[in-house]
Amino acid sequence: MSLDEPTLAALIADHAARGAALEVVGSATRHSFGPGVRPEAQVSTAALSGVITYEPEELILITRAGTPMAQITDLLTQQNQMLAFEPPDYGALLGSAPGGGTAAGMVATNLAGPRRISHGAARDHTLGFRAVNGRGEVFKSGSRVMKNVTGYDLPKLFAGSWGTLGVMTEVTLKVLPRPEDVATLLLLGLSDEAAIAGLCAGMGSAHEVSGAAYLPAATAAAMPVLAGMGHSVAALRLEGPTPSVAARLTALREELGDRAVCHHLGTADSLTLWADIRDAGPLARQPELLVWKLSVTPSEGPATLARIGDHVLSWFDWSGGLIWVGLAPGETDGGAARVRAAIAPGGGHATLVRAPLDLRTRVPVFPPRQPAVTLLEARIKAGFDPAGILNPGRR
Amino acid sequence: MLMPVPDASLLARRREIIDDLRALLPDECVIADPIALRAYECDALTLYRQLPMAVALPRTTAEVAAVLAYCHREGVKIVPRGGGTSLSGGSLPVADAITVGLSKMNKVLEVDFDNRCARVQPGVTNLGITNAVQHAGFYFAPDPSSQIACSIGGNVAENSGGVHCLKYGLTTNNLLGIEFVTIDGTVMRFGGKHLDSDGLDLLGIVTGSEGLLGLVTEVTVRILRKPTTQRALLLSFPTVESAGTCVGAIIAAGIIPAGMEMMDKPAIHAAEAFVKVGYPLDVEALLIVELDGPPVEVDHLVARVSEIAAGCGAVGNRASTSEVERMGFWAGRKSAFPAVGRIAPDYICMDGTIPRKRLPEVLRAMDGMAKHYGLGLANVFHAGDGNLHPLILFDANKPGDVEKAEAFGADILRLCVDVGGVLTGEHGVGVEKRDLMTHQFDQVDLDQQMRVKCAFDEGGLLNPGKVFPALTNCAEYGKMHVSGGNLPFPDIPRF
Ligand SMILES: Cc1cc2nc3c(=O)[nH]c(=O)nc-3n(C[C@H](O)[C@H](O)[C@H](O)COP(=O)(O)OP(=O)(O)OC[C@H]3O[C@@H](n4cnc5c(N)ncnc54)[C@H](O)[C@@H]3O)c2cc1C
Repeated sequence: MSLDEPTLAALIADHAARGAALEVVGSATRHSFGPGVRPEAQVSTAALSGVITYEPEELILITRAGTPMAQITDLLTQQNQMLAFEPPDYGALLGSAPGGGTAAGMVATNLAGPRRISHGAARDHTLGFRAVNGRGEVFKSGSRVMKNVTGYDLPKLFAGSWGTLGVMTEVTLKVLPRPEDVATLLLLGLSDEAAIAGLCAGMGSAHEVSGAAYLPAATAAAMPVLAGMGHSVAALRLEGPTPSVAARLTALREELGDRAVCHHLGTADSLTLWADIRDAGPLARQPELLVWKLSVTPSEGPATLARIGDHVLSWFDWSGGLIWVGLAPGETDGGAARVRAAIAPGGGHATLVRAPLDLRTRVPVFPPRQPAVTLLEARIKAGFDPAGILNPGRR
Repeated sequence: MLMPVPDASLLARRREIIDDLRALLPDECVIADPIALRAYECDALTLYRQLPMAVALPRTTAEVAAVLAYCHREGVKIVPRGGGTSLSGGSLPVADAITVGLSKMNKVLEVDFDNRCARVQPGVTNLGITNAVQHAGFYFAPDPSSQIACSIGGNVAENSGGVHCLKYGLTTNNLLGIEFVTIDGTVMRFGGKHLDSDGLDLLGIVTGSEGLLGLVTEVTVRILRKPTTQRALLLSFPTVESAGTCVGAIIAAGIIPAGMEMMDKPAIHAAEAFVKVGYPLDVEALLIVELDGPPVEVDHLVARVSEIAAGCGAVGNRASTSEVERMGFWAGRKSAFPAVGRIAPDYICMDGTIPRKRLPEVLRAMDGMAKHYGLGLANVFHAGDGNLHPLILFDANKPGDVEKAEAFGADILRLCVDVGGVLTGEHGVGVEKRDLMTHQFDQVDLDQQMRVKCAFDEGGLLNPGKVFPALTNCAEYGKMHVSGGNLPFPDIPRF
C-alpha cells in the first residue's frame, strides 16, 4: 500500500472520530516488545519511505519515517559518517530478522548502544520531525539546524514515546563522522565491584572512553572474541584518529593497569565485540530466557544485580548503569517484583524487554512512575491524542 | 513590545498578596519596596523594563512549593528568575505578576566523580559548577559567555549553549535529572544519576521551556574530565565565502572541533580596537578553530586543519603554541559584545541559526538591510553549528532608532527562517521573538505546543506573555480548532 501524509492524516482523523484504536508500527521489529494487548487496526509507516536530504557537510539527514535503517546506515557509511548513538539492532534479540527497523521506529523507541554514555541517545540526535497527531492534524517541530531553542523541544518528547503521541512521517537526524580507528582495553578477572570501579575510573579519565562494559566470566565465555579468555572482562573502548587511539590506549593502560591483568583488542575484534554488546548478543543467543533491562546509577550496578538474586545471564554496559539480566522462565510475574524492588527509589528503572505474550499481558512492561507524574503524562498525551487511539497501552 | 493588559483585580490585591507571601516566607525573602524592586525590573534585554508586584526569594524546595501552591489557589501569576541574564526578555517582570527568584538556592549539594555528575540547586552559577569540580580535573561543558552570572536553573530553562556545543552539546545534552515543582506545588523528579526516562521524556520537554511549565529546584548535571590539551588556530580569509567553505571542508574531513567561531570585518575591528590581541585588520573574516584531546591528536588535527585552510584560500594561519597564545586568540572573540558596545551607544544581539551553507547569501542580505535601515552591523558566528549573532548598532537616544533596530532584527530573524533556519539558537524566544513565532510555525504547530503548556499550567499563570504570540485559554483549547492562520479569541485585546 502506498501512503502519504494526507492519506495518513485522513485515516487517523477517521479513527479519532470513531474512537477506534490504531496500532502504529514501522517495520514491526519491536512488535514483540511491549504490552500484549493491541488494537486490531494497524498502520505501518513502512510505506512512507526514502531519504529526503543527506548533507554530510551540514551533518544532517532528513528521511521519511519508514526508511529502513539498513539503507540509512549504508548511505552514511559511504560518506564515513554514522548515527553516533549506535542504534542497536534487536532483531535477533526479539525474534525478528536482523537488519530491520525504520528511522522513525528508532526515534520512537529512543534506544542507544554503548556510546550512550559519551554521545547520548536518539533523543540527543533528533533535530526535528513532522507527524500526524491523534486528531489527524499534520504538524512539525524542531528544525534542520544543529542549534535550536525555538519553542518546546517536542523531538525530545517524541523520542521514546513509542508512537503514543503521534505518527512521525519525517525525521531530521544529526549525523557525525565515523571514528577513523578503534581499540579496546580489557581488564581481566575482576569481581563485579572492582570491574565497575575500573570502568568508572576509565570514564572519569581524560582519555575519552566511548564504551565501558563489564562481562562476567559466564557471559564473556558466550561472546565472540572473548570466549577463550576464561575470565570476567571489563572492556573500555577508545575511538578517534589512529595516533590518538594508540596514545590513549597506552595512557589508559598506565592509569588502570595496576587493577588487573590487561589485554587489548585491535580494530576488527573491537568492532565485533562492541556490535555484539550493542545488540545484546548473549541474550539473543538464548531465546528461552526472559530479558530485563535496567538503567541505574553506574556505581550502584553491582549491588542492584546482587539484590535481584537468581539469574542465568547478566552483563553491564554504560559503565555499570545499564544492566542486562536473563531470567529462567517460570516465575509467575517474570521476576518483576524482585527486579523492580532491587532498584533504589528514584535510582532508575527496569523494562521487561522479552517475554511471552501472556506474561506481557499480566505484568507492566514499562516501569510504573510516581502517580503525579503519571497524571501529568496523561494530560500531555491527551493534548496530542485526546481520543487515546494511538498505540493504547504502549507507554 | 506589547504585553498582555494587566489584570486590574490582581493589581488591586497587591498588598494582600505581599502579606500572604510574608506568611509563607521570612520577611527578608519578600521584596515589595519599589526602590528595591528596581533591581529586578529587567533582564539583559534592557530595552524592556517593568516592575513586578513583588519578588519572592524562596530558600528551599518546600518554600517554592508553598509559594506556587498559593499562587495557583489565588490565581496569581509568576515570572521565574535565575540570574536575570536572559537576552530575550525571558525573566522580564510582568506588571500583574510576582517574580520568583531562585538566587537563594545556591548550594552545590553533591559532587559524584564515580558517576561523573554534580547535584546542585538552581541558583548556582554555571561557572560555580565547574569551580566545584575543577580541583579534580572536571568541568561542566556548556559554557555560555554569561557563565559567571547566569544560573544553572536559567540554563535549563533556556537550554543554553556556548562556544563548545558543536562537540559537547547544549545544556539538554549534559543533564541527567531535575527536581521540578509544578504550578500546583507538586514536587516531581525527572531522571537522576541514571540515563533515559522511565516514561515520556519530561526532562527533555522541560529543558528549554523558558519558565512556562514549572520551576526547576534542583539539577543533576553530567561533568566531564578536562581534555589534556587544547590548541587553537587563528585563520584569516579574504572573503566570507572562503571562510564558510573552510568550515564545511573541516567537517567534511571528519573533524569535529571543540569550537569553531567566525567574526566578520566590523567585529574584528571592534575587537582588535578593544583588546589589541593582534587580529589582522585587512581581512574579511577570521576563523578560530579549537581542537582538544591528547597532544598527539591535537597536533595531528592542527596540521590537517591548516592544510584544509590553505586549500580554502586562507591568507593567514597561526596555531597557538602556548596557553597564553590560545587565550589571546579567544580574548577578542569573547569580548566581542563589550567591544561593539564601545563603538555604538547601544546594540542588540540577535541569535538566529541558519544552515551553514547559506552563510554568504545571508551575510550579503544583512548588509543590504543595514544600508536600508542606516544602522551598523557586526557579526560573530558560532560557525560550526550555524548559529549567528548579528549585533545591531544604534543609539537609543536618537528618535526612531529603537524602532529601526527592532525592525532590522526582525528582518534578520525572518531571513534565518526563510533560508531553512530558526529564530533562536540559544537565547530563547522570550518576549523578543514571541511575535515572530508565526513566521516559523503554522498555527497547527503552535497549537500543539500550547497544548503541552496547558498540560502543565492550565491557568496560564507561569511566565505569561512569553514565547507564544496568542493569548489562549486552556479550557477552550481542547475544543478549539483553528485554521487558515486565524488567531483564536480575536476579540481579546492585545497591547
Ligand atoms: C553577556 C551575555 C552573554 C551571553 N552569552 C550566552 C551564550 O553564549 N550562550 C547562551 O546560550 N546564552 C547566553 N546568554 C543568555 C543567558 O545568559 C542565558 O539564557 C542564561 O541561561 C540565562 O540564565 P539566568 O540564570 O540568567 O536566567 P534568567 O535570565 O533569570 O531567566 C531565563 C529564563 O529562565 C527562566 N528561569 C530561570 N530560572 C528558572 C528556574 N529555576 N526554573 C524555571 N525557570 C527558570 C526564566 O523565567 C526565564 O524565562 C548571554 C547573556 C549575556 C548577558
